[in-house]
Amino acid sequence: MLDAAPPPLVQVENLKMYFPIHTGVLRRHTGDVKAVDGVSFAIPQGETLGLVGESGCGKSTVGRALLRLYEPTAGRVVIDGEDVASLSPEKLRQKRPTMQMVFQDPQASLNPRMTLAQIIGEPLSEHTGQSPQQQMQRIFELMDQVGLNRRFANRYPHEFSGGQRQRIGIARALALNPKFIVCDEPIAALDVSIQAQVVNLLEDLQDRLGLTYLFISHDLSMVRHLASRVAVMYLGRIAELSPRDALYARPLHPYAEALLSAVNEPDPSLARRQRIILKGDVPSPANPPKGCNFCTRCPKVFDLCRAVKPELSEVEPGRFVACHLYSETKPAAGSTGGTEATEHNQQGVTQ
Amino acid sequence: MPDGAVPVLDVRGLKTVFRTRAGEIHAVNSVSFHLKPGELLGVVGESGSGKSVTMMSLIGLLPSPPAEVRAGQVLLAGRDLLKVDAAELRQVRGAKIGFVFQDPMTSLNPVFTVGNQIMEPLLTHKGMTKAQARDRAVELLELVGIPDAAKRLKSYPHQFSGGMRQRVMIAIALACDPDVLIADEPTTALDVTIQAQILELVKELRQKLGMAIIWITHDLGVIAAIADRVMVMYGGQVVEHAPVKELFAHPQHPYTRALLKTIPSIHGARASRLQVIEGQPPILMAEPTSCPFRARCAHALEVCAHQNPLRHPVDSAALGLGHDVACHWSAQSAEVAHA
Repeated sequence: MLDAAPPPLVQVENLKMYFPIHTGVLRRHTGDVKAVDGVSFAIPQGETLGLVGESGCGKSTVGRALLRLYEPTAGRVVIDGEDVASLSPEKLRQKRPTMQMVFQDPQASLNPRMTLAQIIGEPLSEHTGQSPQQQMQRIFELMDQVGLNRRFANRYPHEFSGGQRQRIGIARALALNPKFIVCDEPIAALDVSIQAQVVNLLEDLQDRLGLTYLFISHDLSMVRHLASRVAVMYLGRIAELSPRDALYARPLHPYAEALLSAVNEPDPSLARRQRIILKGDVPSPANPPKGCNFCTRCPKVFDLCRAVKPELSEVEPGRFVACHLYSETKPAAGSTGGTEATEHNQQGVTQ
Repeated sequence: MPDGAVPVLDVRGLKTVFRTRAGEIHAVNSVSFHLKPGELLGVVGESGSGKSVTMMSLIGLLPSPPAEVRAGQVLLAGRDLLKVDAAELRQVRGAKIGFVFQDPMTSLNPVFTVGNQIMEPLLTHKGMTKAQARDRAVELLELVGIPDAAKRLKSYPHQFSGGMRQRVMIAIALACDPDVLIADEPTTALDVTIQAQILELVKELRQKLGMAIIWITHDLGVIAAIADRVMVMYGGQVVEHAPVKELFAHPQHPYTRALLKTIPSIHGARASRLQVIEGQPPILMAEPTSCPFRARCAHALEVCAHQNPLRHPVDSAALGLGHDVACHWSAQSAEVAHA
């Protein structure tokens, strides 16, 4: 789908991130937590990819492995033409300015003993040879960009509110003119009225600086607002990767469907519709079910799902789904999916 | 109060103050509301709006000092809870009023089994024997949808997932058949699919048990899904109060209106830009003499600066009963003036 276009800024191929489990006195390696198990996607320059899923599905791990804050177990992460996953430490350091991160908790990701100017200035003194005057100039510029008053430069993080702290985190991420920013739940810790301020700021910066975002969130309505394409993750794998409008209008993967149905709309007539309620909890990534990861909770499960892991494949132009309902190996499956969809409609899932 | 039924809980003019070294924080200012049998009252507001402090003041859960409930009445079946002594209050907590907290991991005791913790209120309040309490605990776990209940009684909190722990918390709160259940952000720490399970459970339990519920949240989506009536809090005050459909259809207070606009939806047209409420919520260092929302309000009038608006009914034949708002500006008069 991206053949004709220039190569995407970020290209992830079969990324795996396993955390080993050691047990016994000898700390023998007895298994792995498969936090991310074969994830592939691409983000073209200037686009926002939304990555959604429930806690523990591996979405934050993807973000961190992408920037090599974790050492990925396997896979390629090409950012701006270089495979970040295999760069040498020195090369990686030189690469860092291109790719930055905005963290979820601005309280925990800002050093309480550093002033705002020191926090925003640290990447400048680490990676550029700027003089203190030049640095201060740049710090003020960044503060203007994210809407922080210049007078606050010598204050400490605790003197700011949550929304302002997140602005500091964003200013720090912007300091070295990155091309790609991973936003890991940047608004989850903020109040509703402040969330909109930060989201608008992220959008303005993208327009002005041509940034590319990976926006990680569990808030499906915010992701709809920000992202142009959305990947839905479940237990370390991508269940569906679709353009935004198509996904929200008609989710294909049963998990994506259930997830969207679970969202509470701020409208009593919509919020009281019949929902798809998933039974049970997410299985442990240390011991994922055989076959499809979602087979233990899927309302449309059939025998094949419990035996064979479905691969992510393009089932409609631009829409990638990992589900046997849509795979060619089971010709009857397509029609099954169709009838089940109508059954759901009869149950009142329609809006 | 225009409504007919006798309220189970009637709160009048509640004021709570925190004494700190920097001065007094007026966290709750003249909050009044009532709760009818079997109804679900949603309380919305941002962090710091006073919604949790209000509810904790009701049943004496705030540490004093620094907290001090300075004025008001809390009438539970005619008895003023602010006047009873500690021993009597302990009889009310758990037995008459159940409480579900936001984070089930920190509110369950990690060194006791779940069965132990469900049986505790039964043994203290109901005077049951251990065997009776155990049977009731199994019943309760089954009621909140925990499979294999008899076996799970022996499990410890860490052996449950987040959603299951919240079910256990609900079971404990329901143990003594309380008249009122206060749920403080019970689904905020949970994932959406698990949240949907818990909301479904609460709807079911309401039908079965018919108790009155106060549901505190900052999520207007959750309110839309389950509440009968809604109370919007800002700066320690109730700024608007209405039946749920009425509130979403005809919000009156500028804060409610702005709040509803800042939330993106997964249905309908996608706004190119989110509406924002500029500025920050106030810090309440003194008893307010002006409207707490004034600094962020798009419709602020001159009177807002020197008079804190009182709640008054929204008076229009077209609008439903039981809708009141604390605002000097009026949406309708503005619309009329505009037309």
